[in-house]
This record gives sequence, structure tokens and C-alpha cells, in this order.
Amino acid sequence: MANQTNQRAEVAAPPRAGMLQPAAASLREVNRFTRRKPLGAIGGILVLALVIVALMAPVLAPYGARELPEGREGGSTVYIPPNSQFLLGTDHVGRDVLSRLIYGARISLYVGLGSVLIGITASFIIGVALAYAGGIIDMSAQRVVDALMALPGLIIALAIVAVLGSSLNNVILAIVIGMIAPVIRTVRSQVLSIKELDYVTAAQAIGAPPWRVIFRHIVPNCFAIYLVLATYYLGFAIIIEASLSFLGVGAPPDQPSWGGMLTRAAQEHVLTAPWVGIFPGVAIFAVVMGFNLLGDALRDVLDPRLRGR
Amino acid sequence: MYAYIARRGLLFIPTILLATILVFGLFWIVPGDAAMMILTGEEGDGGKVTEEDIKRVQRELGLDRPVYIQYGDWLWKILQGDFGDSVWYGTPVLDDLKDRFFITLELAILAIVLAFIAAVPLGVLSAVKQDSFLDHISRLLALVGIALPTFWLGILVIYGLTYFAGWLPPLGYATLWGDPFTNIQQLIFPALVLAFHDMAFTARVARSAMLEVMREDYMRTARSKGLNEWMVVGRHALKNALLPVITVSGYQFGRLLGGTIIIESIFVIPGVGRYLIDAIIHRDFVVVQGVVLLAAAVVLLLNLIIDILYGILDPRIRYS
Repeated sequence: MANQTNQRAEVAAPPRAGMLQPAAASLREVNRFTRRKPLGAIGGILVLALVIVALMAPVLAPYGARELPEGREGGSTVYIPPNSQFLLGTDHVGRDVLSRLIYGARISLYVGLGSVLIGITASFIIGVALAYAGGIIDMSAQRVVDALMALPGLIIALAIVAVLGSSLNNVILAIVIGMIAPVIRTVRSQVLSIKELDYVTAAQAIGAPPWRVIFRHIVPNCFAIYLVLATYYLGFAIIIEASLSFLGVGAPPDQPSWGGMLTRAAQEHVLTAPWVGIFPGVAIFAVVMGFNLLGDALRDVLDPRLRGR
Repeated sequence: MYAYIARRGLLFIPTILLATILVFGLFWIVPGDAAMMILTGEEGDGGKVTEEDIKRVQRELGLDRPVYIQYGDWLWKILQGDFGDSVWYGTPVLDDLKDRFFITLELAILAIVLAFIAAVPLGVLSAVKQDSFLDHISRLLALVGIALPTFWLGILVIYGLTYFAGWLPPLGYATLWGDPFTNIQQLIFPALVLAFHDMAFTARVARSAMLEVMREDYMRTARSKGLNEWMVVGRHALKNALLPVITVSGYQFGRLLGGTIIIESIFVIPGVGRYLIDAIIHRDFVVVQGVVLLAAAVVLLLNLIIDILYGILDPRIRYS
């Protein structure tokens, strides 16, 4: 019996070592990336911090996002400056700014990921299809893209949220519509240049059907641009969400959106309670900066043609 | 040359038509709400509104007709300068927009000029001294400009002005022609905030356009003729690199209009921004539709002008 388990363990051992290998390799890869692109690594850390804070919000936040905590001396907790109990102070209702910032990370990440996954993926598919289809379909679709480009992103987002009503999912939809036109353009031109490459001609020459050329030869070569665009537009989506919430039409008022937290700060108490107006802005800035730094570094590493531009 | 302008102009017509269809379509999805809005506005509460009332108002507004007729009717009125009446204020939208629009336009133009003045030298220096300390600083500055939310920078500027200077831009809008000094005092800080954001993009484009031009053969020729570096960069490189920068500035204009709307609400400037946001809060779709359409028309027209200028400046584009 014991012998049998031993044997089994021996048999099981090699695959486990095999499983460890890619992990070690990717660790080496991360190491190399950090040395070559220190700014990109800082961006990566900021992005990672956002994800961790968003996932562990209930553990990290000292109070709830809507909770009205009791002050140490009792009484009102409205506009208490940063102290040991409220590290970043309290807001106009008496809620803990730090806790709201931590829960706000969830909204930023949700809107950012949601709009990028839907928006970039959809534009990517449309861009690839258009470039491959060519002809009259491509021509007319390009005119629609032109028209969409003319509608200023934030204004169209405002209009969409106005029509559909403010909720996080409508904000995502509004951001998606604001981002598709430029992304379709970028992907389309990328595919057009790949289409002319020798290996695509070779694949077509040996009789590969269109779907095989697209999925085996073109799409994998666009993966880098997908990743880079996704990183940039995550930052873009987070800023637009914050702007909409700041204007009072994004996240519903009870949600702790970073942009929404700044609305009151802009209207009043800038001088008496500056902490309310400063920390949410720092959070937005740091996260968007993180995504942009990471995007720049990824672009340099993944697409050598664009290096240093 | 005329052939090029004609070709470009012809392309403009379908694009602007498509833009009107997009704008119309966006608001067409909620016809019931428009009727509901008018009814609840009339009677004070939504409880008494019946199905028949909604039908009646829809008939009055012409919302029961086929979509393409509604669109045609709407477009025809727009062409005659009739953007409809505001559901909330009851006044013609175009009349309300006219004055506000010029305030917003002045702010946007001021910002784009400031951004251009800062961005071009920054981008050029960065390209000429590629990978130097200066290059890294200016690239980082560009990134900061992109990542810094405009509205937060606006709050910080107001905070800084009151805290350090004990001064705030004068309230109550003064026109540029009536009282230029007060007007500039009011607009310069919001324009600087907008310009900082815009500068970030423009400087990036200027840098990469310069890098591209610097690799051209005529640059080597200019240097081998013995021209000094200033002449080479200023006369030969900059002139060619400015074209893409101008194009991008045109596309930036739409983004800038969006930013203007936010910044107006922070600095209490009575432009289109405040009007649009009030309209959104009141669900006054006629106004929202008018603003979106006006913004799209301005951006498209600007791009048309830039394309034509581009053709005049660069013969290669005219004949391709």
C-alpha cells in the first residue's frame, strides 16, 4: 500500500516540475522587463495595487463606503481633518475618505475593465473584418467611423447617459461608444499592413481559406496592439467615468466613485477641508498614470517598430 | 488644387449626414420619455399620466410617424436654423446656444493656442535631444498631462489661487469686446488648465513627427551643405513636422470641447457646458441633441478646413 503511494508520487513528480518551469520563466521575464523599463514597472505596480485594493476592499477599508462612523470624542464626524482614526479625514456627511477611496477602486476597475473588454474586443473584431473585407463595405464603414470620430467623446458619453439614465453599466456603454471609432481605425490600419506581408501572401498562395489566414496569421500578430490599446483605454475609461460622476451623471450618488467624491469638493469647502478635494484626485491620477506608463513600456517591448516614438 | 478641394468637400457631405443620423438615432430610441417629460412637466406629477395622454403628445410632436419622415423633417428644420424649442425653458435652442457657444469657442481657442505654443518647442527639443535628460522630463510631463483629470487640476488651481494669492477670477461674465481685461482674467486660468492637458498630446505628436523628419535624406543634405543646426532644425525639419501636429490639433478640438464643458462648470463660466449639464439633469433632450450636433459640426468643419490647408501646404497629398 505504502509502496504504491510512493510509486504514484514518483510518477506524479515530473509533471509538477514541468508546471513550475513556466512560472519561473515568467518571473524571469518580469525581472527582465523591470530592468529594461523601470517606468513601465512602476506603472505595473500601480495597476497591481489598484487590482489588489479593489479585490480586498472589505478587508482593507477601516469603515464601510456608506457608513457614518462614530468619532473618537463622539459627536459629529463631518469634515474631520486627517488624524490617526481617519487617516485621510472625513467628508461632508462624515464618512471616512480612505474607506470610500478603497471601495471606489472597485468602481474604477469595474468600469475600466468592462468598457475595455467590450469596447476593444468589439472594435478589434470590426477592424479586422473591415480590413479583410475591403471594397465597398470597408469604404462605407470608414465613413461611419469618420462621423463617429466627429462626435466628441465626453459630450457623446454625457448624451448617452442622459438618454439611458445614470448607472455604472450605462457609463460603460457610453465609454464603449466613445472609444470604438479610433480603435477600429488603429486596428484596421494594422491589419492592412500585415495583410501585405509575405507570409500572408504565402498562406493564401498555398490555398489557406480566409478564416485560417485571419485566425492563424493575422490575429496573433495583432495581439500586441490589442494589449497596448487595452492598457491605454483602461486609463481613458477611468478618467471618463470620473468626469461623468464628477458632473453628477455617472455613478449613482450613493456609490463611492472617485470622480463623484470630488463634486462637493469643487463646489465648497476647498479651503476649509482640502483633503476631500485632494486625495480622490491623487488616486485617479496615480491609476491613470500607471496604465499609461505600463502601456508605453508594453508598446516598446511588444512592438519594436514603434520603439522610442 | 480645385479638384482636390472639391473631392474633399464631397467626402464631407456623407460624413456630416451620417453624423446627423447618429445624433438623431441616439435620441430617437427614447420617444416615449420625451412625451412623458412634457406631460409630467405640465401636470406636476407622473401619476396621472395615462397611455392616451402619451399617445396624444406623441402625435403632437409627430413621434407617431415613420422614422425616416421624422428624420427628414428634423434635418430640414435644422438646415433652416431651427434646432427646436427647449422642453424645459420653452425657448428656441439655437437662440440660447448662440451666445454661450462663442464663450466656449473663445475658451477652446485660447486653450489650443496656449497648448500649441508650449507643445511645439517641447516636442522639438525632445526629438532633437532624443534620450537626453530633457527628453525624459518632457515625455514624463506629457504623460502627467494625460493622466491628470482636467476637473481635478481645475480644483487645484482654484485652491492654489485662493490659498496662495487670495484671489479668484472675477464672477459675472464679461465679453471680450466689452471688457477685455476682465474677460482675460476670467478665461486665462481655465484655458491654462485645458492647455496643459492638450499640450501633452500635441507634444507627443510633435516629438514623433520631428523624429520621423530628422531621418529624411533632405536633412542630411541640409547638414552637408554646412547649414548650422538652427537652420536645419528650424527651416527644414520644423516646417515639415508641423503638418501632422496641426492635423492632430484639429482632432484634439473635439476632446477639447468636452474638457471645456467640465472646466466651465468649475470656473462658473456661462458657456455651452453649464447649459448642457442643466439640460441633462432636466432630461431636456432637444437641447442635448442640439449641443451634440453643433459640436460634431464644428469638429467636422474644422477637419475639412485642416485637410484643405494640408493640401495647399503639401502637394503630395493633393495629387495622391
